[in-house]
Amino acid sequence: MRRAFLRGASLQANDAVAGELKDEFPIFRTHAGTEPLVYLDSAATSQKPLAVLDAMEGVYREACANVHRAIHTLGEEATRRYESARTRTATRLGAASRREVVFTRGTTESINLLARTLGEGFSSGDEIVLSEMEHHANLVPWQQLAARRGLKLRFVPVLDSGELDLAAYERLLGKKTRLVGVTATSNVLGTVNPVRSIADLAHAAGALVLVDAAQYIPRSGAKVTELGADFLAFSAHKLYGPFGIGVLWGREALLEAMPPFMGGGDMISDVTLEGFTANELPWKFEAGTPAIAEAAGLEAALDWLDSVDPDALGGYESELAARLIAAFDEIPGVRVLGRAPGRAGIVAFTVEGVHAHDLAAWLDRSGVAVRAGQHCAHPLSRRFGDGALAVSSARASFAAYSRIADADLLASLVRRAREEA
Amino acid sequence: MSDFAEAVYEETIRDRYRHPRFKRVLEGLPYLENPSCGDRVRISISMDDEGRIADAAFDGNGCSISMSSADMMAEHLMGKTAAEARGVVELFLGVLRGELDRDALDELGDAAAFKGIARLPVRVKCAALAWRAALAALEEEGSR
Repeated sequence: MRRAFLRGASLQANDAVAGELKDEFPIFRTHAGTEPLVYLDSAATSQKPLAVLDAMEGVYREACANVHRAIHTLGEEATRRYESARTRTATRLGAASRREVVFTRGTTESINLLARTLGEGFSSGDEIVLSEMEHHANLVPWQQLAARRGLKLRFVPVLDSGELDLAAYERLLGKKTRLVGVTATSNVLGTVNPVRSIADLAHAAGALVLVDAAQYIPRSGAKVTELGADFLAFSAHKLYGPFGIGVLWGREALLEAMPPFMGGGDMISDVTLEGFTANELPWKFEAGTPAIAEAAGLEAALDWLDSVDPDALGGYESELAARLIAAFDEIPGVRVLGRAPGRAGIVAFTVEGVHAHDLAAWLDRSGVAVRAGQHCAHPLSRRFGDGALAVSSARASFAAYSRIADADLLASLVRRAREEA
Repeated sequence: MSDFAEAVYEETIRDRYRHPRFKRVLEGLPYLENPSCGDRVRISISMDDEGRIADAAFDGNGCSISMSSADMMAEHLMGKTAAEARGVVELFLGVLRGELDRDALDELGDAAAFKGIARLPVRVKCAALAWRAALAALEEEGSR
């Protein structure tokens, strides 16, 4: 039987679990590099276990047909697998109904969908509250909407600690606030935001709440009801699943009231030359042939993640981050961005005298993969930068296959880079 | 040399990065930015009476690749007419875009150090940044 991460166990005990799980990821045996792979870029995308690859291949080998259309066995089987993924996702999220689970291409499309449907109902002068730490995916769609509808965007500041300024947040809320959009876990600072409190305050002000859970879902087993969200967006590829599929979860009454997003097949119940009638939930938001194999991959990924205990995994990743940060703190000239307590396993850092790109390129020669740059969060990079100059940082992020030795190797290489640069 | 230095900073790139010869503060000019990493560079070009570049300089922040590339470029532009300068810039960018053979960089002295970079799509943007800015600056100069 496969092992799961253990809550309250020693770092070493969970490291041994990670070592066993790592064998389920073919990439570590078959990757393109020449050095053994130390993959510390899981916040960009996680690697995929064999179970996910098999589920996707299974669709193509055994049930390759379009969904919701065919009157033949393959079509029925493809539809069954696709809709089974929806039921599985609803269960994972604690959704009231599977009608609340809309498949999209990923977090970005989920948020764009919301801006293009819910958002079009907002009026000139209405306000949307976001935070300074949002990924571009939860920023640009609202900027576009604000320009179309004459809305005002307001931003919760980020403190030097990497936490949101919640006192300032309360002051931003008002009668005009229609929506609060916030990330549950920062993809740069690793900060895990108090989403429940944020949502409760938003609801008290009469606003709806969107949670960007792209970095949160892979590290937590929490249900949407616990988060207090009205909408939640995430991508499969960051939680051990495939590229090209993601989820928008929304409360049924809200989704019901929203107009359709893209037009085409599957999202209609009837079409005449003059017009159409929208399909019922959730298909009214799913125009065109969906990512069927990827849906099966998502289901397998959710099964896989649940089987290793996502909360315990999140705790293990946080401990790896703490160990890495402690090692960095011993190296003069290394600065870690954000120091929020209870941070997730995501650590962005700078090394004095070594540009993040140069560092990442050099680490790559030792087989160590990290992200370098502004991490799709330019405003936040400027916030932690020097005047108008945004900070370009390297970022290490952990996942279920990350080992203590990975963190230690990174720390020792960074020390060498600092000393020898 | 440590393998850190060897690996990332081929000697010329490293030297140019640490001791740029054509870098100085250029007030008031717009930056060209690489949005993925935040590297930015701005270029100043001034022509003499005979239509040759009398002075070329850059200013900016970035990795060893983008900054050393800017420094080498400024050196190459000195003394050239606008048309000659454009030719050199197009040659360099053509190699980075994969349209010209990498050995074409041998014509550009130091800049041959970037042959290896031409194979690394992510770093090509760093190496190309200053040269793209130069094209814009030459355009500006030509319209005066």
